[in-house]
Amino acid sequence: MFRATWKSLLARKVRLLLSGLAVVLGVMFVSGAFVLTDTLGRSFDAVFADGFSDIDVTVTAKPKVAVSEHEGEQVATPVPASLVEQVKQKVPAAADAKGVVNADGARLIGSNGKVVTSFGPPQLGENWLGESDLVQLREGTRAPRADDEIVVNAALAEAAKVKVGDRVGVLTLEPKKEFTLVGIFGYSGGRDSMGGVNEVAFTTPVAQRLMLGKPDTFSSITVTAADGVSPEKLRDDVARELGGSYEVKTGKQAAADQAASLKEGLSFFNKVLLGFAAVALLVGTFLILNTFSIIVAQRTRELALMRAIGASGRQIIGSVVLEAVVIGLIASVLGLAAGIGVGALLAYLFGKLAGGLTLAGLGVPPAAVIGAFAVGLVITVVAALLPALRASRIPPIAAMQDVATPDRPLTRVTVSGAIVTAIGAVLLFLGLDGHAGDNTLATILGGVLFAFIGVALLTPLISRPVVSLLGALFAWSVPGKLGRLNSGRNPRRTAITAAALMVGIALVTGVTVILDSAKGSISALAEDTIKAELVIAGAQSGPRPPSFDPTVLEKAAAIPGVQLVDGEYGDMATVNGTRTWVAASSNVAALERIFGGKATAGDISRLGPDQMLFSSDAAKSRKVSVGDRVTVQLSRGEARTYTVSGIYQSSQLTNPVVLPPQAARDFAIPQPIQGFVQLAPGARVADVQPQVETLLADSPEVSVADRDAFIKQQTSQLDTPLRMIQILLALAIVIAVLGIINTLALSVLERTRELGLLRAIGLRRAQTMRMITVEAVVISIFGALLGVVVGTGLGAAVVQALKDEGITDLVLPWGQMGVFLGLAAIIGVVAAVLPAVRAARINVLGAIAHD
Amino acid sequence: MTATVGPQVQAAARASDVWKVYGSGEAQVVALGGVTAEFERGRFTAIMGPSGSGKSTLMHCLAGLDSVTRGTVSIGDTMVTGLGDAGLTRLRRDKVGFIFQQFNLLPTLTAQENILLPMSIAGRKPDPAWYDTVIDTVGLRDRLRHRPAQLSGGQQQRVACARALVARPDVIFADEPTGNLDSRSGAEVLNFLRNSVREHGQTIVMVTHDPTAAAYADRVIFLADGQIVSELVEPTADTVLDTMKKLDAPAEVAH
Ligand SMILES: Nc1ncnc2c1ncn2[C@@H]1O[C@H](COP(=O)(O)OP(=O)(O)O)[C@@H](O)[C@H]1O
Ligand SMILES: [Mg+2]
Repeated sequence: MFRATWKSLLARKVRLLLSGLAVVLGVMFVSGAFVLTDTLGRSFDAVFADGFSDIDVTVTAKPKVAVSEHEGEQVATPVPASLVEQVKQKVPAAADAKGVVNADGARLIGSNGKVVTSFGPPQLGENWLGESDLVQLREGTRAPRADDEIVVNAALAEAAKVKVGDRVGVLTLEPKKEFTLVGIFGYSGGRDSMGGVNEVAFTTPVAQRLMLGKPDTFSSITVTAADGVSPEKLRDDVARELGGSYEVKTGKQAAADQAASLKEGLSFFNKVLLGFAAVALLVGTFLILNTFSIIVAQRTRELALMRAIGASGRQIIGSVVLEAVVIGLIASVLGLAAGIGVGALLAYLFGKLAGGLTLAGLGVPPAAVIGAFAVGLVITVVAALLPALRASRIPPIAAMQDVATPDRPLTRVTVSGAIVTAIGAVLLFLGLDGHAGDNTLATILGGVLFAFIGVALLTPLISRPVVSLLGALFAWSVPGKLGRLNSGRNPRRTAITAAALMVGIALVTGVTVILDSAKGSISALAEDTIKAELVIAGAQSGPRPPSFDPTVLEKAAAIPGVQLVDGEYGDMATVNGTRTWVAASSNVAALERIFGGKATAGDISRLGPDQMLFSSDAAKSRKVSVGDRVTVQLSRGEARTYTVSGIYQSSQLTNPVVLPPQAARDFAIPQPIQGFVQLAPGARVADVQPQVETLLADSPEVSVADRDAFIKQQTSQLDTPLRMIQILLALAIVIAVLGIINTLALSVLERTRELGLLRAIGLRRAQTMRMITVEAVVISIFGALLGVVVGTGLGAAVVQALKDEGITDLVLPWGQMGVFLGLAAIIGVVAAVLPAVRAARINVLGAIAHD
Repeated sequence: MTATVGPQVQAAARASDVWKVYGSGEAQVVALGGVTAEFERGRFTAIMGPSGSGKSTLMHCLAGLDSVTRGTVSIGDTMVTGLGDAGLTRLRRDKVGFIFQQFNLLPTLTAQENILLPMSIAGRKPDPAWYDTVIDTVGLRDRLRHRPAQLSGGQQQRVACARALVARPDVIFADEPTGNLDSRSGAEVLNFLRNSVREHGQTIVMVTHDPTAAAYADRVIFLADGQIVSELVEPTADTVLDTMKKLDAPAEVAH
């Protein structure tokens, strides 16, 4: 039995290759994700370990507000400068102590007048601590001595295209200041940066003022141990001396902690990649299921013969499953190898993009290996089970009969399809309607999965009318007509091939519907509400939003024709013990006059320095009302108590909490992020805009645009995630294309004689190819059509569920849907190429002589 | 021995010194060893011979389905030898009809669509009167809308005959067309083929190893070991059988 299986496997290696390829791609995605995140993780470990290599102990204050990696950069609470002397004098184990200023938000203006942006790594502003084993000034450059001198790291100098001697502008907590670049530094081993971080180093007093906003403070203190003292002992001594209000860590600990917070972001990234791998694998499962079904159908006689000569049904199942195991194993090995390659390539690209992250050696984490084999084997075997079961039910008599695959009725598959779809719909409803509590995401994903499988099961029934209708488009020529008939010939095969394509297209369509609806709803709301003709804002590229000089606000208010100017500040704060986004307006009146805010309690038109406003939703969930006293801890400064003086109607355009403008000083970014300019009746945008523009000369991160351009720019920020999702889902579509190629190739093989006959009675090669192409195009358009319909349904359901979150308008991306259908036609043509060539090359004589 | 007809009758197909060699060296098989034969227009010729004697090979070479190793083949005034794929396709489409032993029909098409398929492929319209005649002679009018799976083997072969006839090709090649049929269905098909020759002047070349089938033909060519060894005109089942026996005899004598 084993021998027979092995022989038949070898005989059909080409057929199995394509379905194996689907598993390879899925496994590649899984192991690639692990290899990528592992390599990056270890690279960051190395960077931090390096950065802390000559630090024995570091002292910091606990941050006022914890901010996670994807919310922005956390602001460290400064420690008083007096601590340096205290440690030096009172801790005998300490040989030396240094105050370090080191904070995100030093933005260098490049020679082109634009701020050098970062896509992730921070833009650090520091005090120059001199050269060390790690930090080295480049030839011909020197340390900053005067207050208007800076040095920058080589990667930043390169990116900004500035050289020693240039006057360069730097944005910090304060608006643009000019400095002379006197030095450029790098790191040991000729590195231009530490993991792509941009660094600007000032003299210590300047760094304290610009980066911490307070003289005589440091971000941290680094302590060097006296000879013979271990870092651990030093840490304990320092901690004892300073008491509990400081965090004292060894350099090793600090490196590990910093790396850990970055790795949290990486593991999120890993999960996202694995999610896409899951989609690819779902599609791959369809493909393998289909291949095995076709192969079992084609081997009916062979299997029946085996039954006739005494093989048991169980042995038949065993032989099919054994085939699956072999394919799964081979595919897992190949997928793992490809995944390691892809992971390494992506890590390399990531390193480049992040501005020269030195990659740790490529490693293959156990998770990649285990994941690859588990996924590859399980998927293949699960997909082969159904066909194996069917194979075991082939009666021995089939060996003697001519009809290879009797037309089985579609009742059972349709009924089970209806049930599975219904389960999917119920799960989706529960998940989206918020009945699933903590399991919401799992419930929704389960619902989507069931919906896909259910629809796939219903597809054979749907395929009959739809395929014949689609095929009618091509039935004007003989090859077209034959192709159309072929595509309707085996509804199950057509259906599952199309369903594989459906999954990818449905997800893309669904995501597009949701994001387009979100965009549409937000712009509609903004257009209806915002009463400002001009808006000052910039495009955000990294974790830090662009900001501008607050004095622009007063100057803009003085421009003739300007009626009202408002600058908006934002921060992550702790309000009565829980974290939330808070805002401050330079002009609180704007809430009513620009953003259409309506008071539901108290007064929202003015705000004293000790007062604050809540949105109605936030007030409700936090159970606060007018007159309550609320404690707010901002990124900087001490906690303060405010009195709630008003509550306004919640809307998409307003923040949950509004603080007085004075509070913005203690925000992580103490500068306005957006500015809104309302014109007096009769004033012209064209007159005012250029004047505001001039005011922004020293705020290169932002520009002034009219309101519609601003809304467009804000909503277009959703385009990037949309594009990324589309690119990642393209893999699922690629696998589906493999599925179409596979199905066609198998069909061509199965119809060798028929093709030979057609060629014998005069079908030209080109006509043969056209026939196959029509079949492919009909199948792929059918799949895309299903995908568009299912995706629109899913998207619409999510949009419906998000009504309360402000996505009120369902926007259907008709253009995109048209593109998908057109794309499907192209996919069909591409997928048909190989099978069509193969069909056209069929040797007429060989086909007829085919036993 | 060669089997040629006199110059007064024009040949519909002609093989001149055709050799067909498969493989090389040890595994070399000479399937045809210098066959020269002509097949007259408007006649029904049978190619007889024991299994493995090269009948199918000869027919495939004549029909342009296979290339010859040496010699030439022509159909009407078209030289088949040397034609490329496009030329061969055109030849098959316009000048030749086929009836195979089995698997003659496309399962997705109805009987009628199968019959008209060569004409639709060529983009030609059938002559309606001729089409009616053919349908009536094969006696399938009530089965035209059926698919092959719904037809008996005999009916399927008759559909295949009708398909070959409708296009009025110069020659119809049939390779054991009754090989898979019971004797009654076989007789129906053979009668039908003979009538299309007698009444409509169709040229047919049929390969068979069944003396009864060969007796329906006007002339029988005998092949053995890739060579023409004998020929009979106006054969009967008995004369064919006799000839077959005689052909086997020398081999036995040789022992
Ligand atoms: N493709 C092939 N390769 C090698 N030998 C072949 C091939 N086709 C036919 N033959 C050989 O050529 C000889 C004639 O075959 P064929 O014409 O099929 O005989 P028939 O139809 O009279 O039974 C046989 O010996 C056969 O084995
Ligand atoms: Mg033969």
